Amino acid sequence: MSGQDKPAKIYALHLAVLAALFALNFVLPAYYHGLMARILVLAVFAMGYNVLFGYAGLLSLGHAMFFAAGMYGAGLGVVHFGLGVPLAFVSGLACGAVLSVVIGLLALRTSGVAFMIVTMMFAQVFALSLIYFAAWTGGDQGLVIPQTARMLNFGAVALDLTDPTVRYMTALALCAVALFMTAALVRSRHGRVLVAIRENEERTKMLGYDTFANKLVAVTVSGTISAAAGAAFALLFGYVGANFAGVQYSILPLLWVLLGGAATTLGPLLGTLVMYVVTDTASSFTSAWLLIVGVVLILLVLFFPKGILGTLRARWLGWLP
Amino acid sequence: MIDPLLVTKGLTRRFGGLKAVDGVDFTLMPGEIRAVIGPNGAGKTTFVSMVCGRILPSSGAILFDGADITDMPAHRRVRLGIAYTFQITSVFPNLSVYDNVALPVQRTMGDGRAPHADVMTALDKVGLADRAAMQAGQLAYGHQRLLEVAMGLALKPRLLILDEPTQGLSDAEIEDFVRLVRTVAEDATVLLIEHNMPLVMQLADRITVFDAGRVLAEGTPEQIRADAAVQAAYLGTGAGEAA
Repeated sequence: MSGQDKPAKIYALHLAVLAALFALNFVLPAYYHGLMARILVLAVFAMGYNVLFGYAGLLSLGHAMFFAAGMYGAGLGVVHFGLGVPLAFVSGLACGAVLSVVIGLLALRTSGVAFMIVTMMFAQVFALSLIYFAAWTGGDQGLVIPQTARMLNFGAVALDLTDPTVRYMTALALCAVALFMTAALVRSRHGRVLVAIRENEERTKMLGYDTFANKLVAVTVSGTISAAAGAAFALLFGYVGANFAGVQYSILPLLWVLLGGAATTLGPLLGTLVMYVVTDTASSFTSAWLLIVGVVLILLVLFFPKGILGTLRARWLGWLP
Repeated sequence: MIDPLLVTKGLTRRFGGLKAVDGVDFTLMPGEIRAVIGPNGAGKTTFVSMVCGRILPSSGAILFDGADITDMPAHRRVRLGIAYTFQITSVFPNLSVYDNVALPVQRTMGDGRAPHADVMTALDKVGLADRAAMQAGQLAYGHQRLLEVAMGLALKPRLLILDEPTQGLSDAEIEDFVRLVRTVAEDATVLLIEHNMPLVMQLADRITVFDAGRVLAEGTPEQIRADAAVQAAYLGTGAGEAA
């Protein structure tokens, strides 16, 4: 980090990536345009996951509950309390933040494999609760957020979040905020302490750092960013469903992050994108697309265990954050 | 009358049926260089681990600068000024040498200041400044020991606990190390666990001898050298030969 600290280069790269994504809005055909908006939101979920897994070295298998907490926090706010889009988004963030503090306080009493199991169990409890309280949550069916509720009013100007361009730009804006937040976090003192905890927790403690408090902050930041993605997903795509709380959505961010490169700022975005491109390409010419996805993942783990950007950084681009 | 920096009263730690440390009363005055010696398994590392908070005592009390720190978590003791360097090298192998030292430095200084100057000062003291950009895991073993010491120094401790710091160092490196500890002792108290007897005799103001979890003897290097019980338990027949 310190030996080759190049902030100008780093921020230029991030801006270039965002500019390219902005340009894509005007060239992508309708189908890919919609898919890309979805990828941008899910990449935010992956960025949140990366804070905890990539930097602090804590492997959670329950992040779907944070994503779903944001999703239901926003969706239920709209459906049951008639909240507007901004308040619904804040409600989703708040639900994610509260849940992640509570889960962090409990789950961080464990570490390693026990931490994986405890987070997974809490996520299962959360998912089953969503189905149990069907009167509120819509149970298995989930809830549809009506188009009329998905309007963003700025005085005289009303933005319709169901409009493809508005949706794409909103997703991109959220993605940009998450990207720069994680980039800033990683370069901050707190970010360096998280890496130190990942590398050698006992030593970090003996340098005078309260490792529990630092890990709790990491869980909270990670959970809240994941909740932001969930809330945005509900508001942009108009659907809130219990399948997003399932174990599949706890594994997916792990795969996206591993694929793109854990502990790289752009890795989660790239990993999500590549995974969707592979899935989409494979499913267009065979019904056995899961097999192809599986093979691609195995090859990646075998030959690029650090992920795409992690490998690039190790071999050529040491300055990548 | 100067108050002692560190006092332990009846400090005991049991592991199952074994009393690794057994009722140790210990007093350390500020500014002192104190060596703790004793055969393997005498309880030296367990004793200092209780002082720095890595292990909690079974019974007894620890006072630092007059305050009871017996139940205080380790990271808060570090903030009070107790720094511990590990017997088994424990650096951050995947981080650069610079970042290894930047971590303790950034903790001790307020926000807004850049840690650069302080990091380089600490690295200079141990002679690793020219290796700042290297990955810590790629340093030679002796240099990793010195990096440990630099990390301890960067905490600006009032009490620096060095657990067998010269293990694996060459003779030339040991000479540098002696000079380094003397500099450190100008503004900190040093508690040193060490097997290298010539070094202990040369460096320590006072020596505490542990045996089977108890304090066997305590005194100046001359007194320890002349003590018959110490000779029988630890030093063998000649003081210079034991290691």
